[in-house]
Amino acid sequence: MPTVSMTVNGESVSSEVEPRTLLVQYLRENLGLTGTHVGCDTSQCGACVVHVNGKSAKSCTMLAVQAEGSEVSTIEGLADGDTLHPMQEAFRENHGLQCGFCTPGMVMSAIDLVQTNSDPSEHDVREWLEGNLCRCTGYHNIVKSILAGAKAMQG
Amino acid sequence: MTETNIGAPIKRVEDKRFLTGRGRYTDDLNQPNQLYACILRSPHAHANLKKVDVSQAKAAPGVIDIFTGSDMAADEVGSLPCGWQIHSKDGSPMHEPGHPPMAVTKVRHVGDQVAIVIAETKSQARDALDIIEVDYEVLPAAINMDEALSGKALVHDDVPNNMCFDWEIGDKEATENSFSDAHKVVSIELVNNRLIPNAMEPRAAVAQYDPSNGNYTLHTTTQNPHVIRLLMGAFVLQIPEHKLRIISHDVGGGFGSKIFHYAEEAILTWASAKVSQPIKWTAERSESFVTDAHGRDHETKAELALDKDGKFLGLRVSTKANIGAYLSTFGSSVPTYLYGTLLAGVYKTPAIYCEVKTVFTNTVPVDAYRGAGRPECTYLLERLVNKAAKETGIDPVEIRRINMIQPDQFPYQTPVALQYDVGDYPRAFETALKASDYEGFSSRRKSSEDNGKKRGIGISTYIEACGIAPSAVAGALGARAGLYESAQVRVHPTGSVTLYTGTHNHGQGHETTFAQIVSDTLGVSIDQVEVSHGDTGEVQFGMGTYGSRSLAVGGPAVLKACNKIIEKSKKIAAHILEASVDDIDFKDGVYSISGTDRELAFGEVSLAAYVPHNYPIEELEPGLDENAFYDPLNFSFPAGCHICEVEIDPETGEVEITDFTAVDDIGRVINPMIVEGQVQGGLAQGIGQALMEGCVYDNEGQLLTGSYMDYTMPRADNLPNLNVSTESVLGASNPLEVKGVGEVGSIGAPPAVINAILDALSSLGVEDISMPASPSKVWQAIHNAQ
Repeated sequence: MPTVSMTVNGESVSSEVEPRTLLVQYLRENLGLTGTHVGCDTSQCGACVVHVNGKSAKSCTMLAVQAEGSEVSTIEGLADGDTLHPMQEAFRENHGLQCGFCTPGMVMSAIDLVQTNSDPSEHDVREWLEGNLCRCTGYHNIVKSILAGAKAMQG
Repeated sequence: MTETNIGAPIKRVEDKRFLTGRGRYTDDLNQPNQLYACILRSPHAHANLKKVDVSQAKAAPGVIDIFTGSDMAADEVGSLPCGWQIHSKDGSPMHEPGHPPMAVTKVRHVGDQVAIVIAETKSQARDALDIIEVDYEVLPAAINMDEALSGKALVHDDVPNNMCFDWEIGDKEATENSFSDAHKVVSIELVNNRLIPNAMEPRAAVAQYDPSNGNYTLHTTTQNPHVIRLLMGAFVLQIPEHKLRIISHDVGGGFGSKIFHYAEEAILTWASAKVSQPIKWTAERSESFVTDAHGRDHETKAELALDKDGKFLGLRVSTKANIGAYLSTFGSSVPTYLYGTLLAGVYKTPAIYCEVKTVFTNTVPVDAYRGAGRPECTYLLERLVNKAAKETGIDPVEIRRINMIQPDQFPYQTPVALQYDVGDYPRAFETALKASDYEGFSSRRKSSEDNGKKRGIGISTYIEACGIAPSAVAGALGARAGLYESAQVRVHPTGSVTLYTGTHNHGQGHETTFAQIVSDTLGVSIDQVEVSHGDTGEVQFGMGTYGSRSLAVGGPAVLKACNKIIEKSKKIAAHILEASVDDIDFKDGVYSISGTDRELAFGEVSLAAYVPHNYPIEELEPGLDENAFYDPLNFSFPAGCHICEVEIDPETGEVEITDFTAVDDIGRVINPMIVEGQVQGGLAQGIGQALMEGCVYDNEGQLLTGSYMDYTMPRADNLPNLNVSTESVLGASNPLEVKGVGEVGSIGAPPAVINAILDALSSLGVEDISMPASPSKVWQAIHNAQ
């Protein structure tokens, strides 16, 4: 079995994996980082979004070995101790989550949006979320959260 | 009012774990020595199982064992039960054919379970699936309802014409008479499209058997762990309750689809004893599509009789309801008592008759999905009312006004069994008209027309019965369970509180809402309250969460248990303060003697209960831990008005929802932030049904919409901001005065959207459109009309 090495949430990790292991499986099953979720098998739902080298990526659509040498960050790595990342805090403040299953992917995706476009409009947010499904919220409060989170990230 | 009291929009206490990736969903859990299971599923809609040969697969790398339906049958494993018995018009009970957890002689839908492979890794289990050899004798399949009713292909050999039951409600004769007296009869034919619930978390289970004591533990993605324990323990696996623990911590959405006792739960639990190791199974999304119970799927003909002034005289409804290949847990109650009983809506229709033929087909079982029966009812009623408005020339607003039940008519006995307790339908209606600027619509229409677009506005009113249910009433109607709820309030020695509720939180925010009730009632701050749910080992009993029942039935149980705490605490306080119990006041967490400055804090009394040195020990037991069961007196009846405005591009058929206004009467609001979120989420699913979602089978029973590539659900850019507000009349049937909110959006939205589309296209001659009103369908309707 090949060995894969990467940095996850700032820590170096290295493991032997079956070549067919997906990045999301590696994070969840090898590293125990179960905050990243699997909601579908066709790369449609976005519950598995993480950052690879600072950009959002669907971790169900990458093999673990493709992330060799990469910097990966997941929802678990966002908060600073007890202090939530401004985007996490915005979701809490604006009731941007219900069952919580899509939330990690939404938050990771939203942070990448703000890194790409620091002052997104509501339309920008809705368009950006085309790769993330939520079945609970009707997106109303997710959009509100991301707009608030974008402001907070600039502040 | 403190910030944690009832009515305050406090932030959710459960959010932090979800936002930091520390939720405890079933697939997140692992047990020592855990094995992995994959399930072989039928690729055919209908076939005899001639032979299942697992010998080669058993020898595959990592495979521990493989079991089939025959193995379960040899252990006398029971059939998955149905929780609601319906009787046909002629008094005969519904047909209840067996539902083995794994197929024994025959598979009846694509996705039906054939074998379970248990291996050391998930990949090994999955690889081994491919080398199981199954000899299927493919049979003709019954897919659509008319075909099934012809009886050419029988899903179950002992069910003639595939008819599960032929049910009726209402006074047939009175209804016939109302039609003979009618000035005008308006009729409509509708399909309520079949939906796939698609909670974002796929179902999963981890089963564990402890041979040292014979105990089973099943972690599963369920909305009602105690119901699963009862159904699986008593009916399927014959495991007594004290040996079976069901745990569902965090569940990633349910919308009804996780109410039911699913085959995989029984298969895994049974197999975990066979291999004496924990086993985990997690559905892939493609498995969810062909195994999670689907929703809706009605074909209906309805007629409305009106007098010369547009007043409704009678309503006659004939529905065919698809129930799928097997009776799911509550499949029989949805197209009957959750449907026909609501046909009065918010109107004074004096005579109603409804008949429902429920049909087995070679498709996934159909059961409750958000709204369950009530969206089907509301859709037909509100489409029919709009059609009546058009055919009589009365304005759609006016025809509703003149037929609406008035506030002074409560309690209102409908002709279809229910008695509405309280309400003010005109108030929500008029508020919605104002909030949507209904008056200003014509100028907005003109602007759209100037841009080459068609604009329409559509109204829907609705009523639903929630707070399911008074047990005696439900029992008389065929329910095989009581539908009360339980709560246990455990006050700890220093005055903090753990609340155990039999309801289940899978996104509804119970950990916050219920903590607010405790905080408000006992006067402790909300951070001193922990809410526990979802574990039969911790919670005494519960019927779970569905049918917008948690607050309406579970809430009063919490209140009742809190009041028992106060009653006992007052006695303790009276003893310590050397006063009579009658002189003790309790307010905001303080026990005091009225008219004096002598008082004790909640924590002081709690401590005294656990350190009973100065304590009325002859009269009272130590400790402060009370439980309560609450059985509701009546259903609760949320109602409201939804108004949708659309703009349609006639060149492409694309429908844009420009505005959506929902005004709902949901009784007392505990947390308005959570309430708004519930309505918004329901509206998204209702709009999804109207515009995008539709389950499609081909004639052989292959699911054509079996992935997120094919089954369209609303995404952020398909929806507008939603204008949501409440206009509540306090509930009259429970002490919290609440009604229920989880389903209102999915009930009210679909007819509002379709009425808006038909309004927009009316000038082009379009008279009907079916859901989902996709761009191609809208475009086609426009072109067909021209």
